[in-house]
Parts: sequence; structure tokens; C-alpha cells
Amino acid sequence: MSASVEIRMRVKDLRVELAENGEEILKGVSFELQAGKIFALVGESGSGKSVTSLAAMRLLPEALVITGGAVHVGKQDLFDLSESRMQTVRGRRVAMIFQNAMTALNPVQTVGQQVAETLELHTTLKGKTIRQRVVQLFAEVGIPDPESRFEFYPHQLSGGQQQRVMIAMALACEPDVLIADEPTTALDVTIQEQVLDLIRELTQSRELAVLLITHDMGVVRNTADEVAVMYRGEIIEKAPVDEFFHNPKEAYSRRLIDALPDLTRFQSVAVEQPLLQLDDVKVHFPIRKGVLQRVVDYTRAVDGVSLSIGRGETYALVGESGSGKSTLGRAILNLEEIAGGEISFKGKPIGSLSRRAMLPYRKEIQVIFQNPYSSMNPRMSVGEIIAEGMISLGLGLTAGEREERIGQLLERVQLPREYSQRYPHEFSGGQLQRIAIARALAVEPELIICDEPTSALDVSIRAEVLELLQELQREFGVSYLFITHDLSIVPSLAHHVGVMQLGKLVEQGSAEQILTAPKHPYTQALLNSVPRIDP
Amino acid sequence: MKPILLWSDALIFLLVIALCLFFYRLRRDPQTRERWGEVFSSRLGMVTFTVILVYVGVALLDSLHFRRALEAPEGLETEEIFYDNKVTSVLDVMLLGMGDRFERTYSAPFALKSFEKKNMKDEQGNAIRDFPPLEHAGRHLEDPAERWPDVAARSLTALLWGVLAAAVIIGLQWLALRRSTNPWYASWGVQAVVICLFVWMVNISRYYHILGTDLGGTDVMYQSLKGVRTGVLLGTLSTLIMLPIAVTLGVMAGYFKGWVDDVVQYLYTTLSSIPGILLIAASVLLFQVYIDLNPDFFSIGMEKADARFIALCFILGVTSWSTLCRLIRAETLKISQLGYVQAAHAFGVSHSRILGRHVLPNVVHIILITFVLDFSALVLAEAVLSYIGVGIDPSMGSWGNMINGARSELSREPTVWWTLTGAFFFMFALVLAANLFSDLVRDAFDPRTSMRRSEA
Repeated sequence: MSASVEIRMRVKDLRVELAENGEEILKGVSFELQAGKIFALVGESGSGKSVTSLAAMRLLPEALVITGGAVHVGKQDLFDLSESRMQTVRGRRVAMIFQNAMTALNPVQTVGQQVAETLELHTTLKGKTIRQRVVQLFAEVGIPDPESRFEFYPHQLSGGQQQRVMIAMALACEPDVLIADEPTTALDVTIQEQVLDLIRELTQSRELAVLLITHDMGVVRNTADEVAVMYRGEIIEKAPVDEFFHNPKEAYSRRLIDALPDLTRFQSVAVEQPLLQLDDVKVHFPIRKGVLQRVVDYTRAVDGVSLSIGRGETYALVGESGSGKSTLGRAILNLEEIAGGEISFKGKPIGSLSRRAMLPYRKEIQVIFQNPYSSMNPRMSVGEIIAEGMISLGLGLTAGEREERIGQLLERVQLPREYSQRYPHEFSGGQLQRIAIARALAVEPELIICDEPTSALDVSIRAEVLELLQELQREFGVSYLFITHDLSIVPSLAHHVGVMQLGKLVEQGSAEQILTAPKHPYTQALLNSVPRIDP
Repeated sequence: MKPILLWSDALIFLLVIALCLFFYRLRRDPQTRERWGEVFSSRLGMVTFTVILVYVGVALLDSLHFRRALEAPEGLETEEIFYDNKVTSVLDVMLLGMGDRFERTYSAPFALKSFEKKNMKDEQGNAIRDFPPLEHAGRHLEDPAERWPDVAARSLTALLWGVLAAAVIIGLQWLALRRSTNPWYASWGVQAVVICLFVWMVNISRYYHILGTDLGGTDVMYQSLKGVRTGVLLGTLSTLIMLPIAVTLGVMAGYFKGWVDDVVQYLYTTLSSIPGILLIAASVLLFQVYIDLNPDFFSIGMEKADARFIALCFILGVTSWSTLCRLIRAETLKISQLGYVQAAHAFGVSHSRILGRHVLPNVVHIILITFVLDFSALVLAEAVLSYIGVGIDPSMGSWGNMINGARSELSREPTVWWTLTGAFFFMFALVLAANLFSDLVRDAFDPRTSMRRSEA
């Protein structure tokens, strides 16, 4: 390390405990932030990475207490300051940006006013100069047409632009240190890339010291200079980024890195026997206006999609939020009415069946949802949840047989049999997703629609769930329609890939073809923004 | 003796049975059990719940009605038994005839003489105007000066009996519940106070009017106690009439959406844009006319009063469902978008089963909170309605009627303050207990507060 490196913030042996029972949350965390460098703190949920940043800023909730350590910004020990002095440190010397920009911005004030307010509070600027400064800042963070965006309300901006406004606000007082807590998690991949680029640029141009908190190894790879892995309240490994990715020392770090996509191994494409075929499927939502709620137009959520899924095959449907991929999944399940086209299953049209006529197919087509916490009724036991499908689809099992089958299914998804007596709130996200898989399998379907089944899960658990899904495919020959925004899980999983944009399927083909030689510019953009190991 | 089952009696017992079943079923759900456990693990929860139970107990005792058999009039040879036109309840029996000790008119608490002067003849036969002695107060005293020592002595013996009774009742509970971690002692404290008070009241009321008498000479204490049944029943019955309407419409609107939703929304917007009191007053008056035009439907006066009372409950219930309906509709809209309802659709689960198993159990907390919150509001509403003269039939004891009467009593000189005081304290205790209890229930069941707790 050269002598010219300026250390902006030094966290030393930071310890935090639960006030209630003295359980250690942080067990002595130390690191330094250098000017012009991005330091990434990586870990899964509950590892203590956000607690670290909040503790350093003395913003911990009351239930947590700092029991030891020191945080220096420059020469100042933050733990020695009074609360009022601390407030000038926050914002002026250390700025923070958070995951969800929409909730951090006040919906009834224009974004310009909100940034101006920060300037009024923390600087001596007045009147017109403030407005000029805000416009300057907006231009710096890459908001197009900054002069007119000043008058915009938060909801008129896209998620990426909202995050840019947050960054502008953070930069308003020329801080030395920027703490970014999962700044891009809520954004689509293409936007995520742009925001990270911006942070990288600002770090250079403003000589900022950045603490980047994230769970996403791809983000780290592409953005950070130094990385520290947190696990259960401790930093278990700290290294420069290149060194870390090429030669991780801890097994846990290895696992995190392995969760990144490997673009060299693909599923071999088998000869396909079509199981499900979509032919020019359209789903339209009416837009109603006026007192009489007349239909004036339609939102074309799915606009002419044709695809075919073979037996025992995985078809990954990739797209950003709002591309219509989940709506398509719901249309196949007959939960959404189709406005045109045909869906056929095993050669029989099922697109416009009535609720009753659809019943026989319910057994064949099942679904796993994104959020495992909301996909189970909190008032039913796991046994009842799994049994529900078997009962309503009339599989003709006796109560005893059903119980036996529930036990088998639980064991099959690697959970103990006894869990059938428990209730959903007793489980972690990964366990719940396994139960959701067991529930779908209970009726022995041939096709499972997986709607972002892993996006609410931590990286290491995500890998386990995906592994399980693949095992089950080999064992039962079940097909998956895998709806995801995350291209990184596609290579190891899918045989075929379809890319959706604004309700249309812009490109489809075998996974290898799409991921190695994408033709459509949108696919290329998506692919470029996927963080990967080999630069 | 001939038991009588008034409509409202049948309803209250049905209600108690339904509530017991409801809670018994809830016990099976560990999450709900945990939350109720939370309510009852606080001392305040125990105290308020005991107070509410005491009220409900009094209301239940007052709902076991019968008509006494009359002795056949002399000289009439018949096998037929005649029954008293007056309906008596078990509570009346327990109060040892407190309701039968009428005076002529007002008398102050513990008074020996009437509140108003009357023309009388003294021993010599001269016409004088003085306060006449009361018929049922202090008759055993030889000298009026002995009154307070007598009250004190009787109170002491009564309290001794009360303590004894309380000790026995609480001792039995202690044997059964001593291993429980809930703060039962708080409940026992309330029980002890209530039992002592009751024993004291019954004893003393045989010799004095504890809260005096009202215009018609009825014991005010007795009136207040009779008001308990009216208050409790009105609160629960109206809520219970409202609940099915609000829940059915709300859940249907939120779940089926489309035209069902439009109709329901239209209904409750229309309803809530009509002034509530006006609508209620109009309906009650209409029903009163119906009762008056069809006297042969009712064999005794009590049945008439009862019919009017039920009509009032019904009207209050029918006009007050819109708030709860709105809440439930919103919650159902949210729930029906959740994964587990979607998954149920994907499993081909029928609409009725989805509503019954997935939607309803997850809006129960709203229903529960509203039930407890609305209860006290409706007890108060009765007072308001009686005050404007469209409430309970005057022959049926009710706090609202007592308060209504107090309007003229308070403007007298010297003031007749005891009717209002009696009604006020009985109503205040119930409403306060119900409100505090509903706060606890809300804290335990509201997902927002429980989230705050888990964050902390």
C-alpha cells in the first residue's frame, strides 16, 4: 500500500449485541475505507453487514447496543460525539444511500425540492444558487434533462432515476465517505449496471471512499476494489478483488463465488416431445376511464408469444420486471384470461377452458411462487398445505395414504417428516420454498411453472434449491417453465431460453445459443449487464 | 312457574354458545392461542376480561325469564293455573325482591323519608304536609338516629359473608389454576371485590335503597342492574347482526371483484351518505307503529318491549356495517393476490373452500378487533338514541332511559343526582373495560404492532 493513500474512515473492532439477551450480532468488525476506492462488504441476509453500517453511523434500532470498538472519520472518533454533532457528520461527511429509493423519497415533494432542502440544511447556499447546484448535481448523476426533472415528483421517475436522485442527494454536501446499502438490489439488471457505473465514476472523480454493502458477488466483481466477506457477524475474509476471485481462502467464499454463472457448461438439449405449446398467446388488461369506466384501451401485457416446452425439459423465460413473463405463467395456469392465441397441453387446447373444465389439467400443471412467505397460508400446518391439492383434485387417497405421501414428499425435499405438524412461520425462506416444491409435486404434475422461485433467497440457499429442482427433474421427468430475471442461473439449469421484452418474445433458442451468441440487441444488453467472474 | 323464552333470551344464549364454540375452535390454532395468551398474560387483560365476564354473567342471569304462578282467585273453582303478567328473571330472585320494593316517588340514597312532601294526616287526624316515611327503607329502625350505625353494622356482617363467599370461590379456582403462569390473582382481586359488593348490596337493599329511587319509585340500583342486560345484549346483538353482512359482502366484493364489487361499493356508499341517526330514528318509529297496530301478536307487555329492542338491535346492526365491510374488502383484495390463494387456484380448489380456508381465517383478526371496538360504541349509541326518544321501550330498564330521565332531574332544586350517577357508573365500568380490553386485543392481533414487537 502506498503512503499517499488517504484513509477516510476506520472501523475498529466494532461489537454489537442484542440488548435483550446479550446475543452477539457483530463480533469485532474492522476495516478501513480509502479515498477513491470502493470497499465491498458481502454477505447473506442476517450476516450483519447492514448492522455494521448502521452501527458505524450510530443509527441502530434501540434493541441493538454497541458494546465496543471505535469508528473514526478522519481523526474524529464518532462514538465520542454528541448526538447533535453526530447529525452534522451524517450527511455532511458521511452520506448514505439505501436499497429502496421509492420509499426514501417523499412522494408529495418534487425531487428537486428534496435535494435543495438538504443543501439548505447543510450548506450556506441560498435561493437561485441552490437550484443551480441541484441541476448541476442532477446532471452529474446522469439524469437526462436535469432542468425539467427538478419539477418532477418521485413517482414520475423510473426506479433507476430515483436511485440517481438519492445519489445526488447524498452527494449534495460533498461528503468524504459514501455508504451504499444494497443500492441496486431493487433495480433491473440493465439499470443496475448503469447505477453501478455511476457510483464507480463518482468514486474516481470525487475521490470518495465508498462502503458498498451487497449480497451479490457479481456486483462486487464489477465494482469493488477490495472485498470483505461477512459471515455471522464476523469478517471471515478480506482481500483485493482480483486476488479474492481467483484465490478465495475460505470455503464459504468459494461457495458464494460458485453461485456466479459459469458460461461454459450448458444443459444438453434432448430431442423434444412437445408437452406445452403456446401459439401467439395474448393477454390484455383493459384500461378504463371516465365515470362509466368505459374500456378505452388495453395494456398488452403479453402480446403474441409462441413457444414450446418439451417433456422433461426446462424452458427459462427471462425478462425484466414488467415484461409480461409472470402474466404469461398465470395465463398458462388459466388464472388470467387470454385475449388471443391458443395454449395446448399434450396437443389439447386448454387456453379458454372454464374453471371446471380446467380441473383435470390442474393436476398436470403446477406452480411455485417467488415469495415463499406469502405463498403459504399462515394458519394451515405444512401437512394441510401439502394435502390441499391432493384433496381438491381428488387423487382418491385415504387419510392414511395421504399422510404417508406427505411424509415421503417432505423427505424427498430433504426435510424431516415431523415438519408436517408445524406452521409456515417456523421456517426459513429456503425451507419454505422446499415445502412449496413438495406441495407442487404432491399431485404428480408434468409441468411446473416456477415463477422466480429463488429470487427471494440467499445465494447459497438458492444454489441448493436449484440443485433440488434439477434432481427432481431427472427423477420424475417433470418439465419446468422457469420464469426469472436473473440470467446467471440460466446456464446450469435451462435447456431452452426465451427473452421477453414488453410482452413480446424477442429471441428464443437453446441456452447455449442465447448465452454465447445472442442476436437481439436487448438480449445482448441483458447479457452484458450480468456480472461474471472472468472479465 | 312457567319459563318464558323471549326472542332476545334465545339470541343471547345462542350467542354465548356460538362464542364458546368459536373460541374453542380458535384454541386449536397455535398462532391464535399464542396471541390470546398474550392478552391474558397481562394484568390489565385479566382485570378487564373479568369485569366484562361479570357483566355478561349478570346479563345471562337476567335472561332466564319465567312467569310466577298466581294462586287461583278465591271462589273460582278451576284447574287452570293463572300466571303473573309480570316477567321475572333469575337475577330478580337473586336480588331477593329488590325490584318489588316500590316507593311512591323519588327518595335519596339511604333515605328514610320520601324526597317530596305529601299531604298526610298525623296521629291526631290533622292534615299536615310533610315528607312521608318510605315503605321499604328503615322500617326496622325505632329511632332514625340509629340509621348510620345500623348501616355500618349491617355492612360489616354483609362484608364478612362476602369475604367468606369470595374466599370459597377463589379458593376453588386457586386449586385448579395454581400452576398457570397467567396473572390470575388480578382476576381474583376483581372477583373478590365484585362478590363482596354483591353480597353487601343484596343485604343492605333489604333495609335501604342504596341508590335511592326514581320518579316511579323503583330502586335505582335495581334499574341499573337491569340496564346491564340491555347494554350487553344491544352491544353484542347489533355487532352480531352487522358482522355477517359486513363479512359476507366485504369478502365477496374483495374476492370476486367485478360487478359484485361494484354493487357492494354502491350499497355502502349510499348507506354511509344517509345520516345514521335519522335513518335509525325513522326505522324505529316505523316499527313502533307496526307494534301498535298489531297488539295481538304479543301476549304480554314484556314481549312488546322485547320486539322493539330486537328491532333496534337489528336496525343498529344493519346501518353500521359499512366501515367493517370496507376494511374487509380491502384486506381480501390484498389476500387474494397472495401466493397461497393463487396456489389454491392452481390446485383447482373451489371458490367456497378458498374463501373458507384461505381468506376468512386471515381476516378474522379484523373482525375480532372491530367486534370488541364496536361493542362499546353501540352501548353508547343506545344512550344517545334513548335520549332522543327512539331507543329502548321505557318499561325495559336501560341506562339510556335513565340518562334521558336525568335531563329533568338535574334541573330540579335540590337536584336528583342518583339516577344519573347509577347509570353512569354501570355504563362507565362496562365501556371502560371493553375499551381497554379491545386495545389489548388489537395490540395482540394487529399485524403492524406484532411486527413492531419482533423488530424490537
